[in-house]
Formats: sequence, C-alpha cells, structure tokens
Amino acid sequence: MVIRSESGQDQFTLRNRPRSERTIDIGFKLLTIVLASLVAVVLLCIFLTVFNGAQEAMASFGLSFLVTSGWDPVNSQYGAFTAIYGTLVSSLLALLIAVPISLGTAIFITENLIPRNLREVIGMMVELLAAIPSVVLGLWAIFVMEPLLRPFLQFLYQSLGWFPLFSSPPQGPGMAPAVLILVVMILPIMTAISRDALNQVPMELRQGAYGVGSTRWIAIFNVILPAAISSIIGGVMLALGRAMGETMAVTMIIGNSTNFSWSLLAPGNTISAMLANQFGEADGIQVSALLYAALILMVLTFAVNILAQWIVGKFSLKYN
Amino acid sequence: MTFATQALPSRSLHFNPRLKRNRTDKLFTSIAALFSLIAVMPLLLVLVYVLIQGGKLISVSLFTQLPPAPGLEGGGIANAIIGTFVVTLVASLIAIPVGVGGGIFLAEYSSSGWFAQFIRVGNDILAGVPSIICGVFVYSAIVATRLFFGQSYSAMAGGIALAILMLPTVIKTTDEALKLVPRELSWGAIGVGASKFVTITRITLPSAFTPIATGVVLAIARAAGETAPLIFTALFSPFWPEGLFNPIASMSVLIFNFAIMPYEAQNSLAWAASFVLVILILGANLLARWIRRFASS
Repeated sequence: MVIRSESGQDQFTLRNRPRSERTIDIGFKLLTIVLASLVAVVLLCIFLTVFNGAQEAMASFGLSFLVTSGWDPVNSQYGAFTAIYGTLVSSLLALLIAVPISLGTAIFITENLIPRNLREVIGMMVELLAAIPSVVLGLWAIFVMEPLLRPFLQFLYQSLGWFPLFSSPPQGPGMAPAVLILVVMILPIMTAISRDALNQVPMELRQGAYGVGSTRWIAIFNVILPAAISSIIGGVMLALGRAMGETMAVTMIIGNSTNFSWSLLAPGNTISAMLANQFGEADGIQVSALLYAALILMVLTFAVNILAQWIVGKFSLKYN
Repeated sequence: MTFATQALPSRSLHFNPRLKRNRTDKLFTSIAALFSLIAVMPLLLVLVYVLIQGGKLISVSLFTQLPPAPGLEGGGIANAIIGTFVVTLVASLIAIPVGVGGGIFLAEYSSSGWFAQFIRVGNDILAGVPSIICGVFVYSAIVATRLFFGQSYSAMAGGIALAILMLPTVIKTTDEALKLVPRELSWGAIGVGASKFVTITRITLPSAFTPIATGVVLAIARAAGETAPLIFTALFSPFWPEGLFNPIASMSVLIFNFAIMPYEAQNSLAWAASFVLVILILGANLLARWIRRFASS
C-alpha cells in the first residue's frame, strides 16, 4: 500500500516483512523460550537425580532413617537423626539470635534515629558482610572465634552442666560455635529484607502515630512493625532456608560427629556438613543414604522457601 | 474570678526526659544501637583478621608458586588463583547467556502468561536450593557418569555447578531490569518498523544494561567465593591447571582443605588465599555499587 501526497511523492510505504526477518524473530523467541525452560529442566533434573539415587536407601531403611541416629559405614547401617536434629536445631537457634539483632539493626537504620550518612554506612557494612565467602567465615571461626568463645562455653558447662543442652565439656568445634557463625551468615539477608519492609511503610502511618502523641518506640511497636510484619516473616523464612542449606562454615566448625548428643557444646552434624564430608569418598549404599539425607534437606528447604513466598505474596500489605 | 489555668501546665508540651515513656524510648533506642553494633562487628573482625593474617604473607612468590607439600614451608597459591578465574569464567560463560535469554523471555514475550509465572516460581525455588545439593547433582550427573571424554572430576563440572548457582540471580535481575525500561521506547522502535528481535537487542537490552551488569557482577562475585559445589566437582589439584577437563585448584577449596590441615604453612596459605579472595570479592561488590551510582547520576 502506498500513500501519495498531493505532490505525488511517496510518503509512507507499508512494506512486507522479509522472510529472513520473520525467521530471525521466531527463532529468537524460540531461543529465549528454550533458555527459560532450562531453569525448570535443571530443577527437575536435580530433584530426579537426588530422588533416584536415594531409592535404594529408602527401600532398605524406610522412614526409620529419619529417627535413628546410627551412622555406621562398616555395617551399612544408616540413620540421619543426628544430622536432621543438627540441621533443625542449628538453624532455629541461629534464627532465634539473629531475628532480634537484625530487626533492631533494620529499625535503627530506617527510623531516622541517626544521621543519614551513618545509616547508609551501617547498611552498606551489613550488605558487604553478605559478600564474605562462607569458607572465609569458617576459617575465621576455627582460628579466631572458637578460641575466644571457649572460656565462655567452659563457664556455661561448669555452671549449667546439669542442663542437658550444656552437659558436655566444650572441646573446640561444636554446635554452639556453628550456631554463632550461622547467625553471622543470615544477619545480612534478614536485615536487608526487614529494612526494605520498613522502608515500604508509608510515612503517613508514622506521622499519624506521632500526631496522636506516641513516642517513637510506641509507634514502632504498635504501628510500623505490624504494618511490615508479613515481609519480615517472609525474610525470616528465607533466612531459615539459607541457614539449613549453609554448608562450608558449618562443616568447618561443627565437628562432624555422627554420635548423637543433646549438648550444644558437643560436636554435632548437619545434613549439608555430612554431604560435604562424606559424599566424595562414599560408595555403595552410603551414597544412597547420603542422597536420602540430601533429599530430606531439599524437601525442608523447598517447604520453607515456598512458605516464605506464600506468606509474602498473601499477607503483604500493598501500599501505593 | 480565677480560671484553673494552672491545672493545665504549659510545661506538658515540653519534652521531659524523666517520664517513664521517654526513658523506655531511650532504652529501646540504645538496644537498637547495640544490636547494630553487634551486626557490624563480624564484618570488621573478619576483615581485620583476614587483612592482618593474610597481609603478612603477600609476596611475589604467593602469586607465582605452587602450594608446598604437607610439612614443607613457603610456596604460593598461583594455581588456585588461576583456577578460581577459570572456573568462574566457565560458569559466567554458561550462566550469563542462558540467564539473560531466559530473562528476556520472562520480561518481553510472556510477562504474565502461565508459563512465565511457572518459570518464575521455578527460578525462586532454584535460588533456594542449597549450594551443596548443586554439587551433589553435578557429581551424580557429570562426574560419576564421566560425561566429558571419560574424565571424572573436571574444571568444566565445577563451572557447571557454579553456573547453576548463578543462573537464578542472572534471570531475576534481567527480568526485573527489562521490566523497568519504559514501554514507550520499544513502542517507538516497533513504530518505526523495527522487528521484535531488533527492538530487544538494540533498544530494550541496552537501556537495561546497567542494572543487568550490576546483578551479573554480584552473581560472579558470589560464585567466585562458593566452595560447596566445587569440593566434589572441580576437586582440587596441587599442580598447575591442566585444561578444562581435569581437576583444578580453586582458592575457596584451598582455604577449606588447608584450614583443617595440622600444618602451620598450610594454615597461613589459607589466610593468604582468604585475603586475595576477599579483596577480589569486595572489589567486585564495590564495582557493582559504583556502576549503579554512576548510572543513576
């Protein structure tokens, strides 16, 4: 189609798209679809590989794998209770310590308590902490944190030794230092998410609260935190998933004992630490048992992550 | 006749620091300040120790020599530095094209379709898969099956494991960056007759370059420090790198192996490797921040 102006010159020509252009367009779209599908393919492959490998152990140990604590490669008897207990206890305890600290930090750097420059510096330092590789934190934990911590743990054992959680003498690596290094590792993500959540709370809510005469912290506890709580809980769940899967620093400091102990001062184990230590050298049914443990870890982190996303999507207050 | 004006003292509008509510307020502020101090301490302590312990060992031989055999002194971490670069490069070469391509699909072709939503959820789940599981997967799929020329442990396998870790970050940043590009730009391009392919590669993607670059740099920095996916894929090697299909040393695995050895020389090499690794990673993070600031100004 050609539109002619009065002078008779072509002003606008509707051209047909050449075949090559159309082929490139369709080809490019197909390419991006394939690349995007790779995510699903990789995820499926990971799950199937772990699930397949775990079949043998699932058949021979069944669900008792989850609640027995023997790990005996000589007699091929495996139970993952020590590692599951270690994974849950270390990450939940780490969460218990990290939640107040990161929430306090997030409030401190969003609520105009200190000058803006200082706030940004603190925020940046917490973010940079997330960039430190976990293996470096592990190295630091072995050579610096654990020796510093030992007198305190010794004191705990001597004064509270009757309590099952402190019932063994600290001997270097153990559950307690592992929990502390996990706290360091999940602080940044929780602080970042809480900070974003608090920043999203509209200024009008704060102004309203101050306007009716509340002090800063009355406003924080009664207005600002309730408004941001769903994102904060989502962040907490994400951090929990991160803590359960965290490997290197924990492996280096937890002591990797397959013997079960209630004591936090004794060496323990987590699923990921067990994988890191044994998977390379394992063979036969031990591989399968390790993959069974890996499957449990995967299901745990899946559940926690999906729950986190559901909470954020479902309950987050939509402002603006 | 007198009014009881004094019953309403004008001082009630003044700040009285001795009131219970104001004292509670101060208490909570101090607690928050204390918590912030606790949150900042680990970074400072780790940095100080890494810089002091690792900085002592910085010398030319550190960057030119192989690690010593157990029990011997001296040596360097040259092979591990090269190895970290090689493995991270392999991972980037896989993860960046795949991730950017996938991100283009999510943002440009099917922003709200069911398939795109499905991929987004899958991407978030993949981001939450523990890094050790990536290692286990690549070990079972590539190393144990000897997929590459009958080789078991290889730099290639390590790179693929790291690529799986990087992929979700790259996809997510590309998706979000492309969505921020004003629609008018691509409408304009299509209006003057550009094809969809040309619009995306010449108009949309370049406008979203900065946020994508920031995300990619951060993903690379994170991959360079990862250990768990490498310990049974790329393994470790005390020798110079021997190509992509042989085991290769990397700084992170070197730190892990040497930290738990009972030898002084190995322990101090672990600190030196931490020093180099931390400097590289913090440098990359600051670079990413700088890119962001440079673009926004």
